[in-house]
Amino acid sequence: MHYLPWIIVLGGGAFFALVLSGLGQDAAFSAHWGIIAVVLGLGAIILMRRPEPAAVAAPVSRSDAPTYIDGPIRAGSILTVFWGCVGFLVGLVIALQLAWPDLNLEPWFNFGRMRPLHTSAVVFAFGGTALITTSFYVVQRTCRAPMISENLAWFVFWGYQLFIVMAATGYLLGITQSREYAEPEWYVDLWLTIVWVAYLILFLGTLIKRKEPHIYVANWFYLAFIVTIALLHVVNNLAMPVSLLGSKSYSLFSGVQDALTQWWYGHNAVGFFLTAGFLGMMYYFMPKQAERPVYSYRLSIIHFWALIFLYIWAGPHHLHYTALPDWAQTLGMVFSIMLWMPSWGGMINGLMTLRGAWDKVRTDPIIRMMVIAIAFYGMSTFEGPVMSIKSVNGLSHYTDWTIGHVHSGALGWVGMISFAAVYFMVPRLWGRRQLYSPRMVNWHFWLATTGIVIYAAVMWVSGIMQGLMWREYDDQGFLVYSFAETVAALHPYYIARAFGGLLYLAGGLVMAFNIWMTIRGRVRDERPIPTTALQPAE
Amino acid sequence: MSDKDVDQVTGVETTGHEWDGIKELNNPLPRWWLWTFYGSIIFSIGYTIAFPAWPMISSATTGVLGYSSRADLHADVAAARAAQGGMLEAVTTTPVADIVKDDGLARFARAGGESLYKVYCSQCHGTGATGSVGYPNLNDDEWIWGGTIDQVYATIAHGARSPTDQDTHFNDMPAFGTDGMLTAEDIDRVAKQVASLSGMEGGEATPEGEQLFADNCAGCHAEDGAGMVDVGAPSLNDKVWLYEGTLAALREQIALPRHGVMPAWGARLGDAAVKQLAVYVHGLGGGQ
Repeated sequence: MHYLPWIIVLGGGAFFALVLSGLGQDAAFSAHWGIIAVVLGLGAIILMRRPEPAAVAAPVSRSDAPTYIDGPIRAGSILTVFWGCVGFLVGLVIALQLAWPDLNLEPWFNFGRMRPLHTSAVVFAFGGTALITTSFYVVQRTCRAPMISENLAWFVFWGYQLFIVMAATGYLLGITQSREYAEPEWYVDLWLTIVWVAYLILFLGTLIKRKEPHIYVANWFYLAFIVTIALLHVVNNLAMPVSLLGSKSYSLFSGVQDALTQWWYGHNAVGFFLTAGFLGMMYYFMPKQAERPVYSYRLSIIHFWALIFLYIWAGPHHLHYTALPDWAQTLGMVFSIMLWMPSWGGMINGLMTLRGAWDKVRTDPIIRMMVIAIAFYGMSTFEGPVMSIKSVNGLSHYTDWTIGHVHSGALGWVGMISFAAVYFMVPRLWGRRQLYSPRMVNWHFWLATTGIVIYAAVMWVSGIMQGLMWREYDDQGFLVYSFAETVAALHPYYIARAFGGLLYLAGGLVMAFNIWMTIRGRVRDERPIPTTALQPAE
Repeated sequence: MSDKDVDQVTGVETTGHEWDGIKELNNPLPRWWLWTFYGSIIFSIGYTIAFPAWPMISSATTGVLGYSSRADLHADVAAARAAQGGMLEAVTTTPVADIVKDDGLARFARAGGESLYKVYCSQCHGTGATGSVGYPNLNDDEWIWGGTIDQVYATIAHGARSPTDQDTHFNDMPAFGTDGMLTAEDIDRVAKQVASLSGMEGGEATPEGEQLFADNCAGCHAEDGAGMVDVGAPSLNDKVWLYEGTLAALREQIALPRHGVMPAWGARLGDAAVKQLAVYVHGLGGGQ
């Protein structure tokens, strides 16, 4: 009875959720727990109908390579692709809603609820699943040790997926604590805390039981990501629920302290989730795919510690020219400027790892994806410090420029490096000789890259135009444009931006098909990508 | 590691460790990277000396430049005021009827009024001030509460049926239908009578209709239907209609009139802003 404990836990959880649903003090709380009960109940039923795994004798290991726990990684690779496509699709929908407001379908699918659904789907569902999945893959292989517990790994994996479902359904029901990128309410936050602590124990435990004398750099970054996200999540979500059976809570902080706590969290979610975590991914998959050593060990140490130390202070740059005291604004700005080189250390180490293997950019679409990811990483970690300068921020803040900046990072860096990691892992995890179609990876590359370039360029133009229109005065000293006129002027840019997003989504769907066929063991009948190097000019 | 492990491609030594086939080269930090990093730190230290930065026990250092964002804002506002050359002060002290007579002041007030109009008025009266059903057009010369500069000023300052302003314009056309003052047939007759005044399609002047109009409507809308500005009764003898110029809309309005509301802007925007708005609206084409 391999699954029995899990069936009991899921069934018990479903019953508990049903009770909470019945006792709920507000309709949203009851509906939300009803959904959770259904999800947990379905999980229990699926496990009940699943054949018990045959009791096999421990596999006879013919080499000294340990047997890794790859089940959650296989599931995670599939769900990374799935959540990616969901996140890109919702992004396209809200981009179209901005261009054509009639597409706001009240109440569940209006922009106010769909926007956190998009950001959470991309950052936490797609990015988070990619991070958990790759960290499981990387930590076992670079420690030459299996994770300490398969059950704990499954708990972390499915627990996190439950968090995603709870967050997403809550948004559509209108349950939010209105903190950007931390919208889930108190009970969802508590669940994530439990899952995250389990993740920390699993990761640290595996590091402690490692068979390698040293801890590989990728694991430093993954560990920094796990530890800091735990800290950020707990502090920013300190809140008092109105009722233990209700969906509303109030933050422990108020006024500008609340704003600063939120942006300390918000900025470091970017720093430790979207930067440090994905640097961990880059540090493993880049040298593996390029089959080259990492460029500089010393650089990796210095930029790691500099990044970790400096990032945590940069949050106040989100509150320039607000009620935040001037001294805190200054510190937010200078820490952001000092962060430029530590961020670029990762870019140098990534790109220079290709020294001696640059020809692969032409022949290997996965390497090409990694290179464009690192290029966008470098671009947006330069743009970030520039935008943190107060006088630049005076123009850029609250405009589409910020949206463009975030998307160069999210689509260019986070998306591309995750795609590359999935393309790397899937054939190996399912024992396939190659991907279904390397040429389709190339299509994905071009669709995604074109999409990002359109997106970022359009947002630069519209953002700067928007900022300039807001501050345009006539010769008598009066504002020339009303806010509504600046919104109307953005319409063509919003359509162009949606087109960029459409291309990116199309790339995601090409990947989904390619990965699915690879898992099924198919190989596409196609002309191979030429691998012979061109003769250099004399 | 006793033997040095050297990467064949670059000729650089590795650190001697290997993880799942990954090695690390022992390259030094790139010089340009290091010096740029140092440079950004030095710049940051300098910046924190110049600007408010270091938190102390009861307050933070104020910086040698004495900068504060609040003082910066006040200086900007003062400079913008100064650039207007006292025009705003002149608008404040000059009666609105005299502003329109002074070319310079009127030009200034019209520009300010346009800027304010876009933010506060265009939602109801439209970006081109052409109005819509229930919201008067401000470009024509028909004015419910009068079209002289002083009347326009009073309407903007006090609004219509504003619950917050004692001096707001107020009138209350009876609900002839729902209050049982006229039968449905009589409403139809008087509606046709009113429609005939402006030659509206379906209009029909009848002796009964004329009598009904004289008994029930002429008191406010005048015998000839020209309306009365003093009580805010719109003219009924031209083709300008607040609630659509159809017989059906007329019947509806007589049976159960709608009473539109306009906010009193004086208390919200201040007298100088209301004057600028009055000059702008008065100058749109229909000012009397």
